[in-house]
Order: sequence, then C-alpha cells, then structure tokens
Amino acid sequence: MMGSENADGFEETNLNAAKEEMENLVLNGDGAGDSSNSAYRSAMSTLSSVHDPLSPLPTVLTPADSDPLTAPSYIEPPSYADVIFSPFDENSDSEINGGESPDSLSRSPSSSSSTSDYIKITVSNPQKEQETSNSIVGGNTYITYQITTRTNLPDFGASESSVRRRFRDVVTLADRLAESYRGFCIPPRPDKSVVEGQVMQKQEFVEQRRVALEKYLRRLSAHPVIRKSDELKVFLQVQGKLPLPMSTDVASRMLDGAVKLPKQLFGEGGGASAVAVHEVVQPARGGRDLLRLFKELRQTVSNDWVGVKPAVVEEDKEFLEKKEKMLDLEQQIINASQQAESLVKAQQDMGETMGELGLAFIKLTKFENEEVVFNSQRTRATDMKNLATAAVKASRFYRELNSQTVKHLDTLHEYLGMMMAVQGAFADRSSALLTVQTLLSDLSSLQARAEKLEAASSKVFGGDKSRIRKIEELKETIKATEDAKNVAIREYERIKENNRSEVERLDGERRADFMNMMKGFVVNQVGYAEKISNVWAKAAEETSQYDRENQRS
Amino acid sequence: MEISTEQARNVMQSPRSPSSQPYLSASVTDPVKLGNGVQAYISYRVITKTNLPEYQGPEKIVIRRYSDFVWLRDRLFEKFKGVFVPPLPEKSAVEKFRFSAEFIEMRRAALDIFVNRIASHPELQHSEDLRTFLQADEETMERFRFQETGIFNKKPADFMQMFRDVQSKVSDAVLGKEKPVEETTPEYEKLKHYIFELENHLAEAQKHAYRLVKRHRELGQSLLDFGKAVKLLGACEGEPTGKLFSDLGTKSELVSIKLQKEAQQVLMNFEEPLKDYVRYVQSIKATITERATAFKQHCELAETTKLKEINLDKLMLTRSDKVGEAEIEYREIKAESEEATIRFERIVKRMNEEIVRFQEQRMEEMGVAFHQFAKGQARLANGIADAWRALLPKLEAASSA
Repeated sequence: MMGSENADGFEETNLNAAKEEMENLVLNGDGAGDSSNSAYRSAMSTLSSVHDPLSPLPTVLTPADSDPLTAPSYIEPPSYADVIFSPFDENSDSEINGGESPDSLSRSPSSSSSTSDYIKITVSNPQKEQETSNSIVGGNTYITYQITTRTNLPDFGASESSVRRRFRDVVTLADRLAESYRGFCIPPRPDKSVVEGQVMQKQEFVEQRRVALEKYLRRLSAHPVIRKSDELKVFLQVQGKLPLPMSTDVASRMLDGAVKLPKQLFGEGGGASAVAVHEVVQPARGGRDLLRLFKELRQTVSNDWVGVKPAVVEEDKEFLEKKEKMLDLEQQIINASQQAESLVKAQQDMGETMGELGLAFIKLTKFENEEVVFNSQRTRATDMKNLATAAVKASRFYRELNSQTVKHLDTLHEYLGMMMAVQGAFADRSSALLTVQTLLSDLSSLQARAEKLEAASSKVFGGDKSRIRKIEELKETIKATEDAKNVAIREYERIKENNRSEVERLDGERRADFMNMMKGFVVNQVGYAEKISNVWAKAAEETSQYDRENQRS
Repeated sequence: MEISTEQARNVMQSPRSPSSQPYLSASVTDPVKLGNGVQAYISYRVITKTNLPEYQGPEKIVIRRYSDFVWLRDRLFEKFKGVFVPPLPEKSAVEKFRFSAEFIEMRRAALDIFVNRIASHPELQHSEDLRTFLQADEETMERFRFQETGIFNKKPADFMQMFRDVQSKVSDAVLGKEKPVEETTPEYEKLKHYIFELENHLAEAQKHAYRLVKRHRELGQSLLDFGKAVKLLGACEGEPTGKLFSDLGTKSELVSIKLQKEAQQVLMNFEEPLKDYVRYVQSIKATITERATAFKQHCELAETTKLKEINLDKLMLTRSDKVGEAEIEYREIKAESEEATIRFERIVKRMNEEIVRFQEQRMEEMGVAFHQFAKGQARLANGIADAWRALLPKLEAASSA
C-alpha cells in the first residue's frame, strides 16, 4: 500500500484496527459514566459526543501489565484519587432532599427543618395524546408526562401518587402559584418554546422538556412554603384533568386576591394560603364595580422582572439597596456561569485531543511492530505504547473530571433561575405598593369630589335631591375604597415580610449551595489531577532510561 | 557495523575530552533581527569549537542567516548522495508569525540541532562546505550563497512530483506494465513503503501534539477567566463565602499560569521533536528520489554501453573505418557507466548505514521526548493537585460550620 494520497481512507480503515488495539490495552476503572447528564446549555451537546472512539470500552486487564492504580499499595491513604468518583449517576440520587443529589440544590443538613421529611418527584414516560374533537381531522396532538410523587409529608394524602400532565398544566400551576404567593421567591417554570409542531414531537425536545419539568417540580417541592401549597398538591395528586383555572383576567385576579386576603391574613402563619382547595378551584367571581379602581394595576401584571413602571414611588432605601445588590449578584452569576461553560468546554477539548494523540500513537506502535527490521524499532514501539496508554487513560480522566465539573458548576446555572425568582418577588412588592398608592390617590380625589358636592349642595336651600343622592353614593364608594386601601396596605406589609424572609432564606441557601459547589469542584480537581499525575508518573518511569536531566555530558 | 550515535557524538563533540581526541561542536545562538520592512531577517551567531587541524583555530564565531543554512543543506545533499541530510525547519508561511519570539526560538533550536547533527555525522563532518559555513566571513558566505542555482532551488512541490513518478513507476513494474527502470528488490520495496507510511503516521501524531499545545493554552485561558469571574462573584457575597470565592479565583489563576508554562514545554520538547522526525522522513524521501535517479542512470548507461559494444563488434566484423571512433565512444560510455554504477552503489551502501543510524537516533530522541512529555504532564498534574488541595482545609471548615 503506497498510499500517501488517500490519507483519509487510510485513517478510516485503520481506525477500526486501532480500536481493537485499544481494547487490548490495559485500561483501568469504570466506563466513562457521563452519559446521563442533564442539559447544561450548549456545552452538554459536545459532552455526549456521538463519534467517540474511546468510549465506552470494556476494561481488560492483562496479567503482564497489571495496573498499579488498582493495586492498593501504590496509592497513599490520604490521597483524593481514591475517594472519588464512581461517576455521579442520575438514578443514584439519594432519596433524601438534604443529601448529595446533584440536581436538586444540595443543602447542608442544618438548613432543612427536619431531615426525615422527604418528597421526591419524577417525571417520566412522555406519551403522545390527542385532544378530543368533533372534526374529522381530529384534535391537536400533545405530549403528556407521567409525574410520580413519593413523600412522607403528612399534608399529602397518599405516600405515592402518579398523574399525567401536559405542559399547559404546568403553565397553569405556575400562574396560580404566582398569584397565591406574592412576595415569595418562586422558582421560575421552564420556558414555553416557540417551535413548530414537528419539532415539538422530536425526541430530543421532549427529553429536554422532561428534564426541565422534573427540575422545576423538584425545586418547587424544595421550597419550604410552596411544597405545602394546595396548588401543588392538586397538581401532583388529582387524577384526570387538572382542576385549576387556566387563566383569569387581571381585575378578577386582583379581586380574587382581595377576596382571599382576609383569609390569608388570618390563616396560617408565614402567609401561606388558607383557602380551601375547592375555592382554589372555582373560577373568579365578577366584580366590575372595583374594576375601574384597579385600572392602573394592569400595567404591573406583566412578568417583566425589570420592574414596575415609574408610577411607584419606592422610598424604602434599604429595599432599593437590596435590589441593587441582587441585580449585581445576578450579573456576576451570569458571568461566572458563562466562564464555567467555557471552562467545561476547554476541559472537554483537552480530554478529546489527549485521546486522539493516544490513538495516533497506538497506530504508530502497531505500524512499527508490523514492519520490524531493527531492534530499535521494537524499543521505540514499546516507548510509544507506554505513552499512548498513558494518554488514553489521562483522556478518560479528563472526561470524567469534566462530567463531574458540569454537575457542580451547574449550581451557578440553577441560581440564575433563582435570581429571576427574587426579581419576581420584588416585583410583587412593587405592584402591591402601586396598588396602595393608587388607592390612596383615588381616595383623596374621591374625598375632594365629595367635599365639592357637599359644598355645592349646601348652597341649595332645602336640599338638592339628586346631589344628595350622589353624595351618598360617593360616600359608599369612599367607604369601599377605604376598606380596599386598608386591605391593600395589609397586603403590602405581608408581601414585604414575605420578601424579607424569603430573601434571607435564599441568601442562606445560596451561600450553602455555593460553598458545596466550590468544595465539590475543588475536590474533583484535586482527585483527578492526582489520578492523571499517577498515570504520567508511570509512563515517565517506564521511559526513565531516557532521563537526560541527570546525565553528565 | 553499527556505530552507536552515543559513541560518535562523544568522540566528536566533547570539548572536555583529552586534546588528542578530535572534536567538533557548534552552537547556534543569539537571534537578532536585522534590516527593515520586507527585507528584514534574523541573523544568528554560530560558535564553533574544535581541535581539528582543518579548522582555523579552537574557536570561531560567525554570523549566519537562514538562507546560509539552506545553502549548506543543498550542498551536502548534492555532494553526499545517499546520506540522510539532517532537515531544516521550514520557511514560515505566515508573515506576521515570522518574527514572533516563539517562532524565532523554535527556529534557532532547530538550526542548532541541524548543525550539530552534521558535525557528528561520520561523513558529513568532513565536508568542505561545512568548513566554509562554519568559518567563512560574511561577505564570502554571501558570495557562495548567490552562486547556487539549479536543483538547489527546486521547490518541495517538484520533489513531490518526482516521488510520485518513482511510486507510479514502481507499481507499474510490479504489475508488469513496462520494462522496469526502477529497483524492485524486496528489502528496498519494504523500506520505501515503510518510509512513506511512517510519514503519514508521524504527521498525524504531530498534528495532535500541536493541538494538545493549543488545548493547554485554552484551558489555561478559561481558568484565568473563570478565576476572575469567581472573584467578582465573591465580592457580591458576604463572608465567609466571599473570601472563599476570592481564594478560589486566585487559585484558578495560579493553575492557569502552570498550564501556560506547560504548553510551552510541550511545544518545545514534544511537538517540535515530532515535527523534526517528520522532516527527517521527508529528507529520506528526497534521498530515495536521488537513488532512483542514480539507478536509472546506471541502468540506462549500462544499456547504452551494451549497445555500443554490440555496435563496435559489428563494426569490427565488417572492418568499418568507423571502428576507431566507435571504440573511443565505447570506452567513454563504459567509463561513464562504471562511474554511474559506482555512484549508485555508494548511495546504496550509504543508505544502508544511514537507515541503521536513523532508527537508533530516532529511538533515542523520541524516547527522550516521550520521557520529558510524561514527566512534564506528571509535574503539571501534581502542581495542579497541590494548588487546589491547599484550599480544602478552609472549605471543609466553612462547610461544616
């Protein structure tokens, strides 16, 4: 074969031969173990690389080259190389929320109120279903997911339940929670994706969505207040169609909130909703009377976390400072999360190239052994093989390191979501303040009108029937507005308190989570650096006859 | 038959051996940029130390530039056919890279190796052109350099074409397509095949080695950026998280520096030797072409001689008056043919010796490169482990608090 022209063809045919060679190499340890990662933006798509000649390989130990890494005597006890890292597996998550499960935010035990409480939600088994319809063509198809809950919380009726829900139901849940838990840092739900119908059905998209839903529900259930909410319970347990109202118009929603307020105020401590489940499920009643009073509120209902339009006059300096700090923190988390992504990619590339180098040397080894004419060739072939073996092992360690790194640094990504939740909580507060201010200004303009009318009417001798009637109506309205104002003030104060306690809770959790993240990241780096170092130390030893540093010329 | 390269080098290059032992060593140092704009170039100092009588003294320093080295190589290639003349580093294709510190250093190191290989080669070291190169003053050198024309200016593309011709003719011969004008001995076939395949394999390994250098740099950069981002994040958090983030960021920056350093080491001590190996193989391919040419000449002249002989006999039989002329022609051709045969056989002999030296040298040099690479990687990984490990006590303390 004289082919120097068909280099590519040559590479192809020999790749397979080289693969066999690789499988006969001494390889230590587990398989790559990174296959079941949850998505971490674009970095993830390169992690589970499709065309990867190096994984998964069966491990074959040949007696002649038994690997010192498996012999216990080689590694000194306090090394981290031993400690790790049967690769993190999705299914081996600990059941307890306070444990090391990598994709619910892991906490130090002290922050969860009771270590024996648990709730575990799994989302699985996506299936296509069809809307019932009278038309010949049939209804739209959509995907439903099976949602299984295991818990020992007393509020939940059953210890295990399973329901089928579609994405629209999740949106409904999120909307209802947003209404009921104003001021709370509610984890944001997965995005609605604007994609074509075809793509909606594609397996990758469905899988991404399944993962996102699971994460979302788990975060909800990790929230100490929301996990006890009726909305969530209904979502997780009620069979059949989800009995939550899909939408309410603005005013009704606000009214609904106002109706619920007294109950909330006098209900359970911590601001949890004490509304009976069946009331949650009722559609909002009418109430057009107050509609016009609340007309300004429309502008605050958008989900834009950037903030309320300038109508609100926020005077609380502490709040403003806190908000600034949160914005700054969010910016830094975004930045760190981006750099983390680059880091992950660079580690990935390093591993890949190292592996390719090893493969190239294996091919060389084979080649030299095929065409042996000189003894020096055999020696060189052996040297190359040692190098290749080391490179291939190191490459695997880089990949393992990387899949662990992803899991740890994913915390940064998670907290981006939580920062959005914080902004949402702040927005609730601002909108509540706007309500109060609007009512106050309406009140004062109503009162001014009443005064004017009274002044005018007193000038008419004997009373002005129509005016008097108007004045009385006005006074009714003023009373109602007065009541609404008081309710709104109490609501505002309640939300402020929710804000405060939530932010405090989150700050604590965030610090704990970041601490764990750092620790996990560093322990990882140490452990794998040690493993990689061992691999190369062995190769250096095997080629020690070429050590020139100690030679005298 | 096998002279170990170690022995040869020790004999010729150690200045500390007793003065009765002949030695010759040279070093290429001190790159300096001269000239302006398009005509700017790098000049090097070449320092020769020797006790050989043919040389002008124990030490001589001259200034040389890249094209002087090219001249030397071309002369040796022409005069010592069959010898694997050590390869030169390439001319730089990319303009802006030409004067970067890294490129200059890589080139200097490669030129240094080039000269020393020549000085330690049993035949090449006696070359007159080498003496000129090592001793002539700059003007003389320039004059020599400008005199060269012809084959010495052949571009690599031309050589490639010659290789292909050689290849295709050989395969034709194997298929019995035409009368073979090429050697077809099985050992030589094996050698040629080995050399051609070896180049492919080595080139691939070198490509990945170069990429690996880049990966080191990229990883270093990303750790640097990550460290900075983490520090900024720490500034937002209160204590103790803030301080820990700050420490983490600092460590990340430290590790980044280690990676950058190692990248440079991998480049100089691993990737460059691989590239050098590839160049050497390419040089051997050029020698293979020379041999093919010589073989062809030897065959053709032998052919022609035979024809002339037949013709002469014929003329003698017919007692033609052209016999005298024919006889002279015949003798001339015969002499040429014999020379061509001698040339060819010398090439064969040299190549046989060279291939042994080559294999041993490569074994040695590659072994050193591998060892250094492995050591470097082990040191790097250790350093990284140590750096991160230093953070653990504080992290442990903080998370259990």
